[in-house]
Amino acid sequence: MMDKMIFGRYIPAESPLHRMDPRSKLILVFAFVCVVFIANNAITYGILVVYTLFMVLSSKVPLHFLFGGLKLVFWLVLFTLILHLFFTKEGEIIFQWGWVTIYEEGLKKGIFISLRFFLLILMTSLLTLTTTPIEITDGIEILLDPLKRIKFPVHELALMMSISLRFIPTLMQETDKIMKAQTARGVEFSGGPVKERIKAIIPLLIPLFIGSFKRAEELAIAMEARGYRGGEGRTRYRQLRWGLVDTLMLLLLVVIAVALFFFRS
Amino acid sequence: MNKPLVSIEHVHFKYEGQEEYALKDVSLQIYDGEWLAIVGHNGSGKSTLAKLLNGLQYPEKGRIQIGELELTEDTVWETRKLIGMVFQNPDNQFVGTTVQDDVAFGLENNGILREEMVERVENSLKQVQMEAFLQQEPHQLSGGQKQRVAIASVIALRPQIIVLDEATSMLDPRGREEVLNVIRELKEDHDMTVISITHDLEEAAKADRMIVLNRGQLYREGTPEEIFQLDEELVKLGLDIPFPVKISKMLREKGIPVSKSYLSEEALVAQLWTSHSGK
Ligand SMILES: Nc1ncnc2c1ncn2[C@@H]1O[C@H](COP(=O)(O)OP(=O)(O)OP(=O)(O)O)[C@@H](O)[C@H]1O
Ligand SMILES: [Mg+2]
Repeated sequence: MMDKMIFGRYIPAESPLHRMDPRSKLILVFAFVCVVFIANNAITYGILVVYTLFMVLSSKVPLHFLFGGLKLVFWLVLFTLILHLFFTKEGEIIFQWGWVTIYEEGLKKGIFISLRFFLLILMTSLLTLTTTPIEITDGIEILLDPLKRIKFPVHELALMMSISLRFIPTLMQETDKIMKAQTARGVEFSGGPVKERIKAIIPLLIPLFIGSFKRAEELAIAMEARGYRGGEGRTRYRQLRWGLVDTLMLLLLVVIAVALFFFRS
Repeated sequence: MNKPLVSIEHVHFKYEGQEEYALKDVSLQIYDGEWLAIVGHNGSGKSTLAKLLNGLQYPEKGRIQIGELELTEDTVWETRKLIGMVFQNPDNQFVGTTVQDDVAFGLENNGILREEMVERVENSLKQVQMEAFLQQEPHQLSGGQKQRVAIASVIALRPQIIVLDEATSMLDPRGREEVLNVIRELKEDHDMTVISITHDLEEAAKADRMIVLNRGQLYREGTPEEIFQLDEELVKLGLDIPFPVKISKMLREKGIPVSKSYLSEEALVAQLWTSHSGK
Protein backbone atom coordinates (compact mmCIF):
# COMPACT_ATOMS: atom_id res chain seq x y z
CA MET A 1 0.00 0.00 0.00
CA MET A 2 2.66 2.51 1.08
CA ASP A 3 4.92 1.46 -1.78
CA LYS A 4 2.25 2.22 -4.33
CA MET A 5 1.40 5.67 -3.04
CA ILE A 6 2.91 8.30 -5.26
CA PHE A 7 1.81 11.45 -3.49
CA GLY A 8 4.82 13.19 -2.05
CA ARG A 9 7.23 10.68 -3.54
CA TYR A 10 10.29 11.82 -5.45
CA ILE A 11 11.62 9.76 -8.36
CA PRO A 12 15.21 10.70 -9.20
CA ALA A 13 15.89 10.92 -12.93
CA GLU A 14 17.60 13.08 -15.52
CA SER A 15 14.83 14.91 -17.31
CA PRO A 16 13.95 18.45 -18.36
CA LEU A 17 11.32 18.53 -15.63
CA HIS A 18 13.84 17.42 -13.01
CA ARG A 19 16.22 20.11 -14.16
CA MET A 20 13.61 22.83 -13.85
CA ASP A 21 13.78 25.38 -11.06
CA PRO A 22 11.25 24.55 -8.30
CA ARG A 23 9.98 28.13 -8.53
CA SER A 24 9.00 27.76 -12.16
CA LYS A 25 7.44 24.37 -11.49
CA LEU A 26 5.34 25.79 -8.68
CA ILE A 27 4.24 28.71 -10.86
CA LEU A 28 3.53 26.32 -13.71
CA VAL A 29 1.31 24.03 -11.66
CA PHE A 30 -0.50 26.95 -10.11
CA ALA A 31 -1.09 28.50 -13.53
CA PHE A 32 -2.18 25.15 -14.93
CA VAL A 33 -4.86 24.89 -12.25
CA CYS A 34 -6.33 28.14 -13.61
CA VAL A 35 -5.80 27.35 -17.28
CA VAL A 36 -7.65 24.05 -17.01
CA PHE A 37 -10.86 25.93 -16.37
CA ILE A 38 -10.70 27.71 -19.72
CA ALA A 39 -11.41 24.48 -21.62
CA ASN A 40 -15.05 23.80 -22.38
CA ASN A 41 -15.28 21.70 -25.53
CA ALA A 42 -13.74 18.70 -27.22
CA ILE A 43 -10.95 20.61 -29.01
CA THR A 44 -9.82 22.52 -25.93
CA TYR A 45 -9.84 19.41 -23.73
CA GLY A 46 -7.96 17.64 -26.50
CA ILE A 47 -5.25 20.31 -26.38
CA LEU A 48 -4.98 19.93 -22.60
CA VAL A 49 -4.68 16.15 -22.82
CA VAL A 50 -1.92 16.42 -25.41
CA TYR A 51 -0.11 19.03 -23.30
CA THR A 52 -0.31 16.90 -20.14
CA LEU A 53 0.89 13.83 -22.02
CA PHE A 54 3.81 15.86 -23.30
CA MET A 55 4.67 16.86 -19.73
CA VAL A 56 4.36 13.28 -18.47
CA LEU A 57 6.68 12.03 -21.18
CA SER A 58 9.24 14.74 -20.62
CA SER A 59 9.33 13.92 -16.89
CA LYS A 60 10.72 10.42 -17.63
CA VAL A 61 8.72 9.03 -14.71
CA PRO A 62 7.98 5.38 -15.63
CA LEU A 63 4.40 5.25 -16.94
CA HIS A 64 3.46 2.03 -15.18
CA PHE A 65 4.63 3.60 -11.94
CA LEU A 66 2.68 6.80 -12.50
CA PHE A 67 -0.59 5.14 -13.51
CA GLY A 68 -0.18 2.30 -11.04
CA GLY A 69 0.09 4.90 -8.29
CA LEU A 70 -3.02 6.69 -9.49
CA LYS A 71 -5.32 3.65 -9.24
CA LEU A 72 -7.26 5.13 -6.39
CA VAL A 73 -7.71 8.32 -8.38
CA PHE A 74 -9.07 6.31 -11.33
CA TRP A 75 -11.85 5.03 -9.12
CA LEU A 76 -12.67 8.54 -7.95
CA VAL A 77 -12.74 9.77 -11.54
CA LEU A 78 -15.01 6.90 -12.53
CA PHE A 79 -17.28 7.73 -9.63
CA THR A 80 -17.61 11.39 -10.74
CA LEU A 81 -18.34 10.22 -14.25
CA ILE A 82 -21.14 7.92 -13.12
CA LEU A 83 -22.64 10.59 -10.89
CA HIS A 84 -22.83 12.96 -13.84
CA LEU A 85 -24.26 10.31 -16.14
CA PHE A 86 -27.15 9.66 -13.84
CA PHE A 87 -27.92 13.05 -12.43
CA THR A 88 -27.57 15.48 -15.33
CA LYS A 89 -30.87 15.55 -17.18
CA GLU A 90 -30.27 17.90 -20.09
CA GLY A 91 -30.03 17.52 -23.85
CA GLU A 92 -31.17 14.57 -25.87
CA ILE A 93 -31.63 11.07 -24.58
CA ILE A 94 -28.96 8.87 -26.03
CA PHE A 95 -29.56 5.69 -24.11
CA GLN A 96 -32.51 4.21 -22.26
CA TRP A 97 -32.85 0.89 -20.55
CA GLY A 98 -35.43 0.29 -17.89
CA TRP A 99 -35.22 3.17 -15.43
CA VAL A 100 -31.71 4.13 -16.56
CA THR A 101 -31.72 7.13 -18.86
CA ILE A 102 -28.55 8.80 -20.05
CA TYR A 103 -28.66 12.25 -21.58
CA GLU A 104 -26.19 13.74 -24.02
CA GLU A 105 -25.26 16.62 -21.72
CA GLY A 106 -24.68 14.22 -18.86
CA LEU A 107 -22.20 12.23 -20.88
CA LYS A 108 -20.39 15.34 -22.06
CA LYS A 109 -20.22 17.01 -18.66
CA GLY A 110 -19.23 13.78 -16.98
CA ILE A 111 -16.35 13.19 -19.32
CA PHE A 112 -15.13 16.79 -19.20
CA ILE A 113 -15.25 17.16 -15.44
CA SER A 114 -13.57 13.83 -14.71
CA LEU A 115 -10.96 14.64 -17.31
CA ARG A 116 -10.29 18.02 -15.70
CA PHE A 117 -9.98 16.39 -12.30
CA PHE A 118 -7.64 13.74 -13.67
CA LEU A 119 -5.37 16.22 -15.45
CA LEU A 120 -5.05 18.33 -12.32
CA ILE A 121 -4.02 15.33 -10.24
CA LEU A 122 -1.57 14.25 -12.90
CA MET A 123 0.14 17.64 -13.07
CA THR A 124 0.44 18.06 -9.30
CA SER A 125 1.83 14.52 -9.03
CA LEU A 126 4.40 15.41 -11.65
CA LEU A 127 5.51 18.34 -9.50
CA THR A 128 6.19 16.20 -6.45
CA LEU A 129 7.59 13.30 -8.46
CA THR A 130 10.25 15.44 -10.11
CA THR A 131 11.08 17.83 -7.26
CA THR A 132 12.64 16.93 -3.91
CA PRO A 133 10.64 18.14 -0.92
CA ILE A 134 13.48 20.41 0.12
CA GLU A 135 13.52 22.02 -3.34
CA ILE A 136 9.80 22.64 -3.06
CA THR A 137 10.41 24.23 0.34
CA ASP A 138 13.13 26.47 -1.08
CA GLY A 139 10.92 27.39 -4.00
CA ILE A 140 8.03 28.34 -1.73
CA GLU A 141 10.32 30.34 0.55
CA ILE A 142 11.67 32.44 -2.30
CA LEU A 143 8.35 32.86 -4.06
CA LEU A 144 6.71 34.04 -0.85
CA ASP A 145 9.60 36.34 -0.01
CA PRO A 146 7.63 39.54 -0.72
CA LEU A 147 5.21 38.55 2.06
CA LYS A 148 7.99 39.18 4.59
CA ARG A 149 7.20 42.86 4.21
CA ILE A 150 3.81 42.33 5.80
CA LYS A 151 5.54 40.39 8.62
CA PHE A 152 4.46 36.98 7.34
CA PRO A 153 6.97 34.47 8.85
CA VAL A 154 8.15 33.01 5.55
CA HIS A 155 11.61 31.95 6.72
CA GLU A 156 10.26 30.35 9.88
CA LEU A 157 7.65 28.38 7.96
CA ALA A 158 10.22 27.15 5.46
CA LEU A 159 12.57 26.13 8.27
CA MET A 160 9.73 24.31 10.00
CA MET A 161 8.95 22.47 6.79
CA SER A 162 12.54 21.46 6.18
CA ILE A 163 13.00 20.27 9.76
CA SER A 164 9.81 18.23 9.57
CA LEU A 165 11.03 16.68 6.33
CA ARG A 166 14.33 15.84 7.95
CA PHE A 167 12.67 14.18 10.92
CA ILE A 168 10.05 12.08 9.10
CA PRO A 169 12.38 9.09 8.54
CA THR A 170 13.78 9.44 12.07
CA LEU A 171 10.29 9.35 13.58
CA MET A 172 9.38 6.39 11.37
CA GLN A 173 12.38 4.49 12.73
CA GLU A 174 11.41 5.47 16.25
CA THR A 175 7.80 4.34 15.73
CA ASP A 176 9.09 1.02 14.56
CA LYS A 177 11.33 0.70 17.62
CA ILE A 178 8.54 1.59 20.06
CA MET A 179 6.19 -0.84 18.33
CA LYS A 180 8.68 -3.63 18.80
CA ALA A 181 9.26 -2.67 22.42
CA GLN A 182 5.52 -2.61 23.13
CA THR A 183 4.94 -5.86 21.25
CA ALA A 184 7.53 -7.42 23.54
CA ARG A 185 5.38 -6.20 26.45
CA GLY A 186 2.34 -7.94 25.01
CA VAL A 187 0.58 -5.15 23.09
CA GLU A 188 -0.99 -6.40 19.87
CA PHE A 189 -0.94 -3.96 16.98
CA SER A 190 -2.30 -6.19 14.25
CA GLY A 191 -5.35 -8.36 14.51
CA GLY A 192 -8.04 -8.28 17.16
CA PRO A 193 -11.20 -6.19 17.16
CA VAL A 194 -11.04 -2.56 16.02
CA LYS A 195 -11.63 -1.26 19.52
CA GLU A 196 -8.61 -3.17 20.82
CA ARG A 197 -6.48 -1.99 17.97
CA ILE A 198 -7.33 1.65 18.60
CA LYS A 199 -6.48 1.14 22.25
CA ALA A 200 -3.13 -0.31 21.20
CA ILE A 201 -2.23 2.97 19.50
CA ILE A 202 -2.07 4.80 22.83
CA PRO A 203 1.06 3.06 24.15
CA LEU A 204 2.59 3.87 20.79
CA LEU A 205 1.65 7.54 20.61
CA ILE A 206 2.57 8.56 24.14
CA PRO A 207 6.26 7.55 24.00
CA LEU A 208 6.43 8.98 20.50
CA PHE A 209 5.10 12.34 21.69
CA ILE A 210 7.32 12.53 24.73
CA GLY A 211 10.31 11.57 22.63
CA SER A 212 9.48 14.26 20.09
CA PHE A 213 9.31 16.99 22.71
CA LYS A 214 12.70 15.98 24.02
CA ARG A 215 14.06 15.98 20.49
CA ALA A 216 12.60 19.41 19.82
CA GLU A 217 14.21 20.85 22.93
CA GLU A 218 17.62 19.38 22.19
CA LEU A 219 17.43 20.43 18.57
CA ALA A 220 16.59 24.00 19.58
CA ILE A 221 19.65 24.09 21.85
CA ALA A 222 21.87 22.63 19.13
CA MET A 223 20.60 25.20 16.64
CA GLU A 224 21.21 28.07 19.00
CA ALA A 225 24.69 26.77 19.80
CA ARG A 226 25.45 26.94 16.09
CA GLY A 227 24.51 30.58 15.99
CA TYR A 228 20.90 30.42 14.79
CA ARG A 229 19.13 33.70 15.53
CA GLY A 230 16.28 33.85 13.05
CA GLY A 231 16.19 34.66 9.37
CA GLU A 232 17.86 38.05 9.64
CA GLY A 233 21.32 38.25 8.11
CA ARG A 234 21.36 34.62 7.01
CA THR A 235 22.89 33.56 3.74
CA ARG A 236 21.73 30.60 1.64
CA TYR A 237 23.72 27.50 0.83
CA ARG A 238 21.30 25.84 -1.56
CA GLN A 239 20.84 27.86 -4.71
CA LEU A 240 18.06 27.86 -7.23
CA ARG A 241 18.88 28.42 -10.88
CA TRP A 242 16.42 29.73 -13.41
CA GLY A 243 17.40 28.29 -16.78
CA LEU A 244 16.24 28.34 -20.37
CA VAL A 245 13.99 25.29 -19.76
CA ASP A 246 12.07 27.24 -17.16
CA THR A 247 11.34 30.15 -19.44
CA LEU A 248 10.42 27.85 -22.33
CA MET A 249 8.07 25.75 -20.19
CA LEU A 250 6.25 28.82 -18.92
CA LEU A 251 6.01 30.22 -22.47
CA LEU A 252 4.57 26.92 -23.63
CA LEU A 253 1.82 27.17 -21.05
CA VAL A 254 1.07 30.72 -22.16
CA VAL A 255 0.75 29.49 -25.75
CA ILE A 256 -1.58 26.72 -24.59
CA ALA A 257 -3.73 29.21 -22.68
CA VAL A 258 -4.02 31.47 -25.74
CA ALA A 259 -4.95 28.50 -27.91
CA LEU A 260 -7.62 27.48 -25.41
CA PHE A 261 -9.15 30.97 -25.49
CA PHE A 262 -9.15 30.81 -29.25
CA PHE A 263 -10.85 27.43 -29.57
CA ARG A 264 -13.26 27.54 -26.65
CA SER A 265 -16.92 27.84 -27.47
CA MET B 1 49.58 26.60 28.22
CA ASN B 2 50.06 29.65 30.37
CA LYS B 3 47.36 32.23 29.84
CA PRO B 4 43.85 30.96 30.54
CA LEU B 5 41.59 31.01 27.49
CA VAL B 6 38.47 30.60 29.55
CA SER B 7 38.11 31.60 33.12
CA ILE B 8 35.09 30.78 35.21
CA GLU B 9 34.89 32.66 38.47
CA HIS B 10 32.61 31.77 41.38
CA VAL B 11 29.72 30.78 39.18
CA HIS B 12 26.37 29.91 40.75
CA PHE B 13 23.49 28.64 38.70
CA LYS B 14 20.00 27.33 39.42
CA TYR B 15 17.38 26.16 36.90
CA GLU B 16 14.08 27.97 37.08
CA GLY B 17 11.68 26.36 39.52
CA GLN B 18 14.42 24.17 41.00
CA GLU B 19 15.38 24.17 44.68
CA GLU B 20 18.94 22.90 44.36
CA TYR B 21 21.68 24.87 42.71
CA ALA B 22 22.92 22.97 39.64
CA LEU B 23 26.28 24.75 40.05
CA LYS B 24 27.63 26.14 43.30
CA ASP B 25 30.62 28.47 43.42
CA VAL B 26 32.48 26.86 40.56
CA SER B 27 35.80 28.43 39.60
CA LEU B 28 38.16 27.04 37.02
CA GLN B 29 40.52 27.97 34.24
CA ILE B 30 40.83 26.41 30.84
CA TYR B 31 44.14 26.89 29.03
CA ASP B 32 44.83 27.38 25.39
CA GLY B 33 45.52 24.10 23.58
CA GLU B 34 44.79 21.69 26.41
CA TRP B 35 42.49 18.68 26.51
CA LEU B 36 40.34 18.97 29.61
CA ALA B 37 38.13 16.11 30.74
CA ILE B 38 35.18 16.82 33.02
CA VAL B 39 33.78 13.87 34.94
CA GLY B 40 31.12 13.50 37.60
CA HIS B 41 28.04 11.48 38.50
CA ASN B 42 24.71 11.91 36.69
CA GLY B 43 23.24 15.27 37.58
CA SER B 44 26.50 16.68 38.91
CA GLY B 45 26.19 19.71 36.64
CA LYS B 46 28.49 18.87 33.75
CA SER B 47 26.03 19.67 30.98
CA THR B 48 24.93 22.78 32.83
CA LEU B 49 28.52 23.99 32.88
CA ALA B 50 28.76 23.39 29.14
CA LYS B 51 25.56 25.34 28.55
CA LEU B 52 26.88 28.26 30.57
CA LEU B 53 30.06 28.30 28.51
CA ASN B 54 28.02 28.67 25.37
CA GLY B 55 25.66 31.28 26.73
CA LEU B 56 22.69 28.94 26.50
CA GLN B 57 22.14 29.81 30.17
CA TYR B 58 23.56 32.65 32.23
CA PRO B 59 25.07 32.40 35.70
CA GLU B 60 23.11 33.81 38.59
CA LYS B 61 26.28 34.95 40.27
CA GLY B 62 29.91 35.00 39.17
CA ARG B 63 31.44 35.69 35.77
CA ILE B 64 32.73 33.85 32.74
CA GLN B 65 35.53 35.27 30.62
CA ILE B 66 36.21 33.83 27.18
CA GLY B 67 39.31 35.14 25.43
CA GLU B 68 39.12 38.91 25.64
CA LEU B 69 35.38 39.00 26.23
CA GLU B 70 33.24 38.66 29.29
CA LEU B 71 30.29 36.42 28.48
CA THR B 72 27.09 38.46 28.77
CA GLU B 73 23.89 38.73 26.78
CA ASP B 74 25.53 41.43 24.67
CA THR B 75 28.64 39.46 23.79
CA VAL B 76 27.09 36.02 23.53
CA TRP B 77 26.98 35.98 19.72
CA GLU B 78 30.67 36.82 19.61
CA THR B 79 31.74 34.30 22.25
CA ARG B 80 29.60 31.61 20.65
CA LYS B 81 31.78 31.86 17.57
CA LEU B 82 34.76 30.84 19.70
CA ILE B 83 33.13 27.73 21.12
CA GLY B 84 31.71 24.79 19.20
CA MET B 85 29.51 22.22 20.91
CA VAL B 86 28.90 18.59 20.06
CA PHE B 87 26.05 17.00 22.00
CA GLN B 88 25.20 13.48 23.02
CA ASN B 89 22.37 12.45 20.73
CA PRO B 90 23.53 12.20 17.11
CA ASP B 91 20.00 12.62 15.75
CA ASN B 92 18.89 15.61 17.74
CA GLN B 93 21.64 17.92 16.54
CA PHE B 94 21.32 17.15 12.85
CA VAL B 95 19.42 20.14 11.47
CA GLY B 96 19.89 19.86 7.70
CA THR B 97 18.13 17.45 5.38
CA THR B 98 21.47 16.26 4.00
CA VAL B 99 25.04 16.12 5.28
CA GLN B 100 26.14 19.20 3.35
CA ASP B 101 23.07 21.20 4.40
CA ASP B 102 23.76 20.35 8.02
CA VAL B 103 27.34 21.58 7.85
CA ALA B 104 26.17 24.68 6.00
CA PHE B 105 23.52 25.49 8.63
CA GLY B 106 25.93 27.16 11.05
CA LEU B 107 27.63 29.02 8.20
CA GLU B 108 24.29 30.32 6.93
CA ASN B 109 23.50 31.56 10.41
CA ASN B 110 26.71 33.53 10.46
CA GLY B 111 26.05 35.10 7.07
CA ILE B 112 29.07 33.55 5.33
CA LEU B 113 29.07 34.13 1.57
CA ARG B 114 28.11 31.18 -0.58
CA GLU B 115 31.42 30.67 -2.38
CA GLU B 116 33.18 30.43 0.94
CA MET B 117 30.49 28.18 2.36
CA VAL B 118 30.96 25.63 -0.42
CA GLU B 119 34.68 25.56 0.27
CA ARG B 120 34.32 25.31 4.04
CA VAL B 121 31.66 22.59 3.84
CA GLU B 122 33.89 20.49 1.65
CA ASN B 123 36.99 21.14 3.73
CA SER B 124 35.49 20.36 7.09
CA LEU B 125 33.85 17.18 5.81
CA LYS B 126 37.21 16.11 4.45
CA GLN B 127 38.76 16.59 7.87
CA VAL B 128 36.31 14.15 9.45
CA GLN B 129 36.56 11.76 6.48
CA MET B 130 32.96 12.26 5.47
CA GLU B 131 33.50 13.99 2.13
CA ALA B 132 31.99 11.05 0.26
CA PHE B 133 28.66 11.55 2.02
CA LEU B 134 27.78 15.11 0.93
CA GLN B 135 24.32 14.24 -0.37
CA GLN B 136 23.38 11.59 2.19
CA GLU B 137 20.39 11.99 4.45
CA PRO B 138 20.81 11.53 8.22
CA HIS B 139 18.80 8.31 8.44
CA GLN B 140 21.23 6.68 6.05
CA LEU B 141 24.18 7.32 8.38
CA SER B 142 25.46 5.45 11.44
CA GLY B 143 25.63 7.19 14.80
CA GLY B 144 29.39 7.63 14.53
CA GLN B 145 29.06 9.12 11.07
CA LYS B 146 26.41 11.55 12.30
CA GLN B 147 28.68 12.61 15.16
CA ARG B 148 31.49 13.20 12.69
CA VAL B 149 29.15 15.39 10.65
CA ALA B 150 28.30 17.26 13.86
CA ILE B 151 32.03 17.81 14.40
CA ALA B 152 32.42 18.99 10.81
CA SER B 153 29.57 21.47 11.38
CA VAL B 154 31.42 22.78 14.40
CA ILE B 155 34.85 23.10 12.81
CA ALA B 156 33.37 24.74 9.70
CA LEU B 157 32.80 27.70 12.03
CA ARG B 158 36.49 27.65 13.05
CA PRO B 159 36.09 27.82 16.82
CA GLN B 160 39.04 27.88 19.22
CA ILE B 161 37.37 25.59 21.70
CA ILE B 162 35.35 22.48 21.09
CA VAL B 163 33.09 21.15 23.84
CA LEU B 164 32.04 17.51 23.67
CA ASP B 165 29.10 16.79 25.95
CA GLU B 166 29.16 12.98 26.11
CA ALA B 167 29.52 13.09 22.35
CA THR B 168 30.59 9.46 22.14
CA SER B 169 28.34 7.91 24.77
CA MET B 170 25.70 6.69 22.33
CA LEU B 171 28.21 5.08 19.98
CA ASP B 172 29.62 1.59 19.81
CA PRO B 173 33.35 1.16 20.62
CA ARG B 174 34.35 1.50 16.99
CA GLY B 175 32.30 4.64 16.39
CA ARG B 176 33.70 6.07 19.62
CA GLU B 177 37.28 5.43 18.57
CA GLU B 178 36.64 6.98 15.14
CA VAL B 179 35.19 10.12 16.63
CA LEU B 180 37.92 10.51 19.24
CA ASN B 181 40.63 10.02 16.64
CA VAL B 182 39.10 12.71 14.49
CA ILE B 183 39.08 15.07 17.46
CA ARG B 184 42.69 14.28 18.33
CA GLU B 185 43.79 15.02 14.78
CA LEU B 186 41.87 18.27 14.66
CA LYS B 187 43.34 19.35 17.95
CA GLU B 188 46.85 18.72 16.64
CA ASP B 189 46.25 20.42 13.30
CA HIS B 190 44.47 23.52 14.54
CA ASP B 191 45.77 23.96 18.08
CA MET B 192 42.26 23.64 19.37
CA THR B 193 41.27 23.43 22.97
CA VAL B 194 39.08 20.44 23.80
CA ILE B 195 36.70 20.20 26.73
CA SER B 196 35.37 16.69 26.94
CA ILE B 197 32.53 15.81 29.28
CA THR B 198 32.54 12.06 29.62
CA HIS B 199 31.65 9.00 31.62
CA ASP B 200 34.32 7.02 29.81
CA LEU B 201 37.26 7.01 32.19
CA GLU B 202 39.65 5.40 29.73
CA GLU B 203 39.03 8.43 27.56
CA ALA B 204 39.40 10.84 30.46
CA ALA B 205 42.69 9.17 31.35
CA LYS B 206 44.12 10.39 28.07
CA ALA B 207 43.31 14.03 28.80
CA ASP B 208 45.90 16.61 29.84
CA ARG B 209 43.91 17.60 32.86
CA MET B 210 40.79 16.42 34.65
CA ILE B 211 38.04 18.06 36.63
CA VAL B 212 35.73 16.18 38.96
CA LEU B 213 32.33 17.68 39.67
CA ASN B 214 30.23 16.53 42.58
CA ARG B 215 26.72 17.82 43.27
CA GLY B 216 27.33 21.04 41.39
CA GLN B 217 30.66 21.74 43.06
CA LEU B 218 34.19 21.44 41.85
CA TYR B 219 35.47 18.47 43.79
CA ARG B 220 39.01 18.12 42.48
CA GLU B 221 41.18 19.12 39.60
CA GLY B 222 44.48 17.64 38.47
CA THR B 223 46.23 15.42 36.00
CA PRO B 224 44.61 12.04 35.32
CA GLU B 225 47.35 10.38 37.43
CA GLU B 226 46.54 12.59 40.39
CA ILE B 227 42.80 12.11 40.02
CA PHE B 228 42.91 8.34 39.75
CA GLN B 229 45.10 8.15 42.85
CA LEU B 230 41.93 9.15 44.70
CA ASP B 231 40.71 5.65 44.10
CA GLU B 232 38.10 4.85 46.78
CA GLU B 233 37.05 8.49 46.96
CA LEU B 234 36.06 8.40 43.30
CA VAL B 235 34.02 5.28 43.86
CA LYS B 236 32.19 7.05 46.67
CA LEU B 237 31.34 9.88 44.26
CA GLY B 238 29.66 7.36 42.02
CA LEU B 239 32.56 7.14 39.59
CA ASP B 240 34.66 4.22 38.60
CA ILE B 241 38.39 3.92 37.99
CA PRO B 242 39.98 2.70 34.77
CA PHE B 243 40.66 -0.98 34.46
CA PRO B 244 44.52 -0.81 34.39
CA VAL B 245 44.49 1.33 37.55
CA LYS B 246 42.30 -1.21 39.27
CA ILE B 247 44.53 -4.10 38.20
CA SER B 248 47.75 -2.43 39.32
CA LYS B 249 46.19 -1.69 42.68
CA MET B 250 45.12 -5.31 43.11
CA LEU B 251 48.57 -6.53 42.03
CA ARG B 252 50.17 -4.31 44.62
CA GLU B 253 47.85 -5.71 47.28
CA LYS B 254 49.06 -9.18 46.29
CA GLY B 255 52.61 -8.06 46.88
CA ILE B 256 53.62 -7.75 43.26
CA PRO B 257 55.74 -4.62 42.94
CA VAL B 258 54.02 -2.42 40.37
CA SER B 259 55.64 0.95 40.89
CA LYS B 260 52.77 3.31 40.07
CA SER B 261 49.19 3.21 38.91
CA TYR B 262 49.24 2.83 35.18
CA LEU B 263 46.62 4.64 33.17
CA SER B 264 46.99 2.64 30.00
CA GLU B 265 46.96 -1.07 29.51
CA GLU B 266 50.07 -0.95 27.31
CA ALA B 267 52.18 0.78 29.97
CA LEU B 268 51.07 -1.71 32.61
CA VAL B 269 51.79 -4.69 30.36
CA ALA B 270 55.21 -3.24 29.51
CA GLN B 271 56.08 -2.92 33.19
CA LEU B 272 54.85 -6.46 33.96
CA TRP B 273 56.71 -8.32 31.24
CA THR B 274 59.98 -6.53 31.92
CA SER B 275 59.69 -6.71 35.72
CA HIS B 276 61.87 -9.81 36.06
CA SER B 277 64.57 -8.90 33.57
CA GLY B 278 65.27 -5.75 35.60
CA LYS B 279 66.49 -7.80 38.56
N1 LIG C 1 16.29 21.84 31.89
C1 LIG C 1 16.38 21.63 33.20
N2 LIG C 1 15.43 22.11 34.04
C2 LIG C 1 15.52 21.90 35.36
N3 LIG C 1 16.51 21.25 35.96
C3 LIG C 1 17.49 20.75 35.20
C4 LIG C 1 17.47 20.91 33.78
N4 LIG C 1 18.57 20.32 33.27
C5 LIG C 1 19.25 19.81 34.33
N5 LIG C 1 18.61 20.07 35.49
C6 LIG C 1 19.07 19.68 36.82
O1 LIG C 1 20.33 20.26 37.02
C7 LIG C 1 21.21 19.34 37.65
C8 LIG C 1 22.47 19.17 36.83
O2 LIG C 1 22.14 18.60 35.58
P1 LIG C 1 23.16 18.36 34.40
O3 LIG C 1 22.36 18.02 33.20
O4 LIG C 1 24.08 19.50 34.31
O5 LIG C 1 23.94 17.06 34.90
P2 LIG C 1 25.05 16.21 34.17
O6 LIG C 1 26.25 16.25 35.03
O7 LIG C 1 25.21 16.65 32.78
O8 LIG C 1 24.43 14.77 34.23
P3 LIG C 1 24.50 13.57 33.17
O9 LIG C 1 25.77 12.83 33.46
O10 LIG C 1 23.32 12.75 33.50
O11 LIG C 1 24.46 14.16 31.81
C9 LIG C 1 20.44 18.06 37.84
O12 LIG C 1 20.04 17.99 39.17
C10 LIG C 1 19.26 18.19 36.93
O13 LIG C 1 18.14 17.59 37.49
MG1 LIG D 1 24.79 15.78 30.82
